[in-house]
Amino acid sequence: MTTELSNPLALIAELTHRCPLHCVYCSNPLEMQSRANELSTETWSRVFKEAAQAGVLQADFTGGEPLARTDILELVRAARAAGLYVNLITSGLPMDEAKLAALVEAGLDHVQLSFQGAREEIANEISGARSHEQKLRVLEWLKQHRIAVTLNFVIHRRNIDQLEEMLAIAESSNATRVEFANVQYYGWAFANRENLLPTREQLNHSVEILKRAQERLKGKIRIQFVVPDYYAKYPKPCMGGWGRKLLLITPSGDALPCHAAQVIPGLAFENVRDKSLREIWEHSPAFQKFRGEAWMQEPCKTCDRRDQDFGGCRCQALLLAGDAAATDPVCSLAPLRPKVDAILAGMNSAPRAEIFVKPNWLYRPNPS
Amino acid sequence: MPPDLTSFPRLAPGCRLNDKSQQPRTLLMPERALRLNGPSLEIVERCDGKHTVQQIITDLQKIYSKAVPQKVESDILGYLALLHEQRALDFT
Ligand SMILES: C[S@@+](CC[C@H](N)C(=O)[O-])C[C@H]1O[C@@H](n2cnc3c(N)ncnc32)[C@H](O)[C@@H]1O
Ligand code: SF4
Ligand code: SF4
Repeated sequence: MTTELSNPLALIAELTHRCPLHCVYCSNPLEMQSRANELSTETWSRVFKEAAQAGVLQADFTGGEPLARTDILELVRAARAAGLYVNLITSGLPMDEAKLAALVEAGLDHVQLSFQGAREEIANEISGARSHEQKLRVLEWLKQHRIAVTLNFVIHRRNIDQLEEMLAIAESSNATRVEFANVQYYGWAFANRENLLPTREQLNHSVEILKRAQERLKGKIRIQFVVPDYYAKYPKPCMGGWGRKLLLITPSGDALPCHAAQVIPGLAFENVRDKSLREIWEHSPAFQKFRGEAWMQEPCKTCDRRDQDFGGCRCQALLLAGDAAATDPVCSLAPLRPKVDAILAGMNSAPRAEIFVKPNWLYRPNPS
Repeated sequence: MPPDLTSFPRLAPGCRLNDKSQQPRTLLMPERALRLNGPSLEIVERCDGKHTVQQIITDLQKIYSKAVPQKVESDILGYLALLHEQRALDFT
């Protein structure tokens, strides 16, 4: 067991929960913060300084839609002035040519542009808004700047068959990295899971396509593929381990060890309005709770893989097993794995006609 | 392939050195960060699109005048090739 506490490496700054899109898989919590509760420019600026002092190298601006903040340029400048590498994770919606130029000028290092699909129709269905064309425009504008670009495609049953077209979009852009991230089932995605889970054939086919693409695009575009962990043998090392590398600040200033941590009952979160980032990192009970291995149950407790995957995702354990300290039920060694298998078996044996009909989505609303 | 001595290495988009005031000096990249010190810092500081590979070699041979010049040269070429492989460098 590692007793020495390392520094946080990245600060995930959820600047706002406001967003022009309504993605059915949005990882945001079901209960979102309104604009009135958002941290001020000054508080964020202080947090960036404290983060850099605590050893953080990178700030990921995310949300909601970070561009919905009218002070976004000031925030980029503040994070850069604090010495952080600034990454903007965006839907690209409230972007225009002038704003992009101003962001680059302010010191933005990296843009991650998220796509809901390869085609207008599916992208608009998933995001509940007209959004696809605008993203293609943003891709063109990005070519005019010396800035690193990553594309992010969130993959699920209704767009996993468009991988070739998604690759074509990536190849026509100046992106050097593409993430094909299978939906992770928390937040709104958990509510829509039944209609998002890909079938086994879809998954196998997608793995083949992406392996070939990885070979073909070697040295040009790095392709990252996040497998849907319901189909995996072992869980993902969620957040690189609880309270080990990452720190997330919600729009209202709560410090969380991961995006979904608020679903875990009984965890008390500290707020950056009251405490310094270093204090929170070192002493927040929520961060301490699942740090290291003391909290683990069997089979994790004595498993050889526990320093690789840290027992998986605590929030998934809560959502599927009702116990945040349980082994992540997607693990093939977990006592509750049969529950995940039953979900997959049910879906994979359902009539295809039923599976591929347009679902009744639960859309993510926009907080005021 | 070793880089051409007359080319100008330059940090790739999304890659930069952190500020002089910050310690340790670090090369920040889209997916990771590299701590730099001594020769590696001297090299990266000169990857600004204004120094040729040859100029970087000459500069470092002066700074590390006690080292064998051929060794300095081969170390630099190796390091530049490595950074290029990690897509942290362009050559113009
Ligand atoms: C919550 S969004 C916020 C930033 C911005 N609105 C956007 O969509 O890019 C952050 C990133 O997570 C991705 N994402 C959202 N929900 C996800 C889920 N359930 N599983 C995996 N990735 C998800 C998005 O595509 C985006 O790249
Ligand atoms: S609704 Fe879509 S665009 Fe908005 S925050 Fe969620 S994932 Fe990003
Ligand atoms: S039992 Fe626990 S530590 Fe072992 S592989 Fe499964 S989740 Fe990971």
